[in-house]
Amino acid sequence: MIALSDFINLYLLPGLVVGCIYALGAIGISLLFGILRFAHFAHGDMMTLGAYLAIIFTANFDWSPYAALPITVIGTALVALLLDRAFYKPFRRSAGIVTVIASFGVMLMLRSAIQLIWGVDVKTYDIGIRFPMEFGMLKIAPRQVTIVLVTAALVIALHLFLSRTRLGKAMRAVSDDPDLARVSGINVEQVVRWTWIIGAGLAAAGGVFIGIQTKVHPNMGWDLLLPLFAAAVLGGIGRPYGAVAGGLAIGLCQELATYPWFSEEPFIAPGYKPAVAFSVMVIMLIWRPTGLFRGRAF
Amino acid sequence: MSLLQIDKLVAGYGAVDILNGIDLAVEPGKISVIVGPNGAGKSTALKAIFGLAQIREGRVLFQGDDITRQPADRLVARGIAYVPQERNVFRSLSVRENLEMGAFLKPGDIARRIEAVMGLFPPLREKLKQAAGELSGGQRQMVAMGRALMLEPKLLMLDEPTAGLSPLYMDQIFDRVIAINQSGVGVLLVEQNAKQALAIGHVGYVLATGRNRFTDSAANLLVNREVAESFLGG
Amino acid sequence: MDIFSPGFLNYLISLGTMSGIYAVLCLGLNLQWGFAGLFNAGIAAFFAIGAYTTAILTTPESPNYLGGFGLPIVLAWPIAMLLSGVIAWAIGRICLRLRGDYLAMATIGIAEVIRLLIKNEAWLTAGTRGIPNIARPFEGLPSTWNHLAFMGLVMALVAIIYWAAERAWASPWGRTMRAIRDSDMAAAAIGKDVTQFRVEAFVLGAMVMALGGALSAHYFKFLGLSATEPMMVTFLVWVMLIVGGSGNNRGAILGALIIWIIWSATELLTNRLPGEWITRTSYIRVLLIGILLQVVLQRFAKGLVPERPPRMIDDKPESR
Ligand SMILES: Nc1ncnc2c1ncn2[C@@H]1O[C@H](COP(=O)(O)OP(=O)(O)OP(=O)(O)O)[C@@H](O)[C@H]1O
Ligand SMILES: [Mg+2]
Repeated sequence: MIALSDFINLYLLPGLVVGCIYALGAIGISLLFGILRFAHFAHGDMMTLGAYLAIIFTANFDWSPYAALPITVIGTALVALLLDRAFYKPFRRSAGIVTVIASFGVMLMLRSAIQLIWGVDVKTYDIGIRFPMEFGMLKIAPRQVTIVLVTAALVIALHLFLSRTRLGKAMRAVSDDPDLARVSGINVEQVVRWTWIIGAGLAAAGGVFIGIQTKVHPNMGWDLLLPLFAAAVLGGIGRPYGAVAGGLAIGLCQELATYPWFSEEPFIAPGYKPAVAFSVMVIMLIWRPTGLFRGRAF
Repeated sequence: MSLLQIDKLVAGYGAVDILNGIDLAVEPGKISVIVGPNGAGKSTALKAIFGLAQIREGRVLFQGDDITRQPADRLVARGIAYVPQERNVFRSLSVRENLEMGAFLKPGDIARRIEAVMGLFPPLREKLKQAAGELSGGQRQMVAMGRALMLEPKLLMLDEPTAGLSPLYMDQIFDRVIAINQSGVGVLLVEQNAKQALAIGHVGYVLATGRNRFTDSAANLLVNREVAESFLGG
Repeated sequence: MDIFSPGFLNYLISLGTMSGIYAVLCLGLNLQWGFAGLFNAGIAAFFAIGAYTTAILTTPESPNYLGGFGLPIVLAWPIAMLLSGVIAWAIGRICLRLRGDYLAMATIGIAEVIRLLIKNEAWLTAGTRGIPNIARPFEGLPSTWNHLAFMGLVMALVAIIYWAAERAWASPWGRTMRAIRDSDMAAAAIGKDVTQFRVEAFVLGAMVMALGGALSAHYFKFLGLSATEPMMVTFLVWVMLIVGGSGNNRGAILGALIIWIIWSATELLTNRLPGEWITRTSYIRVLLIGILLQVVLQRFAKGLVPERPPRMIDDKPESR
């Protein structure tokens, strides 16, 4: 058996960090589903885009990726607004599933554009080696702390936005009932724009965190899509807080599933991590499609 | 000049026409009542004004201005408030947040207007923090009307505000409609409880199968035998 | 270019074969999307199930993967379709009672899981090595003739599926399916088991897709991980159906032909470019196809051959 310290350092903490990253992506999927009523297939590639935008600053100006984070978030949000205007807005009044097809197309366009601009090679941010901090038996890398803390701060900010501001409340109102929101005089298009800004901005932050934690490559968005959807379904689609819980749960499940629970071998071979997310999603769809936090029932 | 005037409105959903050219009007400070059997198109008439049903022909005038097919937020900004028949509160928002959403277009000075709504619907005062979905039907109707009043509209359109309520609540709601009207707000009221509605209304319209069947003063409609036999339940 | 050269003839034959295989996939997708309005984002999964099943069942013994069954194609293909149908049935049972987006998400998942299985379970699928020596029917014939004969087989299958799909489209089953697609509430209100109908369309479509995968495996005679690549299968087939005209079987076939011609012709062009540009242009190509999809979706939503209500045999001609 592996020592408790290894369990924490090699499985629990990485699971938490991955969970934070998934949470940041899943919030956007959940919000967009609540407001625009479609599953945004290009969301993983929004994260990829964020990760690559940061490379502009880390590679050319020698910035730290943390310094590049705000401008990356803004840049990705702007791209999302443009994509919405060009490819999603024309379908506001059509059946949601047509928008899903459009987002499927956007997903591939984004990816090929990224491949065209940055090439297909794996990239890193070149942060240099930082030694982990040791607390007794715990070994925590500074970047893990940063990722968890920044994610927590972003989630708290989102909470304050949704519960305290006029626009945040309007966002919840549109998610609750778009027709009633419209006849109440809420400017639904304004709400939609802010949903994109928040969803894409958080996704970009998640993408940069992936780059900080591991590496960046053009297909990472596709690999993220399944865990993101699973997290959104687990948390109850249309529920941003549920998405946070769902993201953390999926991240932890994926990492902990590779722990040698019953023998010397990993319980699930690491190559099958995405299958863990899929299993969770299928179980939820069978058992409780509205998610743990009672999202929208369809 | 009428507050609201609808001319020869043809409207429906998808390819289906529900309204086949109806005329309606609301005079300033007056109550117009629409009655008629289920499926007559009463709700559709209100929905069409707010773009929830498609207008194919005809015009809608508000204070003389053509507002046909204008986006909903423009109508609200002009002073038209609408309480739909079903799903008329934001269920997951608190009562206070529901009222705030009613004031989305004019966020200043919300506290005073919430206070005014509380004056009109005192039972809501202790429910302000509760989610609207958890309220009783009558309280929900109050929230919905309160939300609509937040912008101090000139015209209030109510779609069956008493549907499914106990007689006690029903009387309260009718009473509030009168109070709202006496503060100068024009009201377009769709009702199943036709007798009571006509009793508080000034002008009445009977719609059936998407057409005007009778139009008269509310008082005359109440005593019209033909109307009484076919539409007011004898 | 000499249009009578054998090279050009072979090019035409390969064009015909490939667009035929894509037409099979498109007809399968049309059963799901065009008939029933189901969004399948995991065409690659059913394609790969078909391809790998037939490859494993028909190839000779090999130490690299589970093989050596030596089944004939006439047995292997139905088994491949059946397996695909069973998996589609399981997914469909779970997701099709829910909103369409859930199916879309779940099919992404199934495609990913199938990809992982093929990649990691090398004892079964040869993993990254791939499966070589898959026999192509008619290989005994001389070179061009065997290509031609295989193309004929593909065309015949396209014709059969087309005929069957047209019959289905005009049948009461097809009519119910369209009613459900256009308003599941209304269909449920007149007493139709909406989920059951959807599952049927989904399973049938998945079986046809598996046949497309099987054809492709035997055509290339080699099967590797690229068969699970979402780009080449899932995305291209979607573009083909949308461009051709969803809800129209002829549109599905036409879309497959046109998009494949564009796709392969641009490949022909870009292959003449200098080395580094070949990779670059392949991304430009995907980008352009993506834009084409968006333009068609927004401007010509009905596609080249719009959907038409079927001509009923017993109906009077419509007076217009
Ligand atoms: N969203 C919709 N889509 C399609 N048809 C609709 C829709 N809403 C209503 N209808 C149809 O329009 C017709 C008129 O409906 P409407 O709601 O206007 O009637 P109503 O007079 O308000 O009846 P009730 O007294 O029952 O509320 C009905 O036949 C109904 O089936
Ligand atoms: Mg009604």
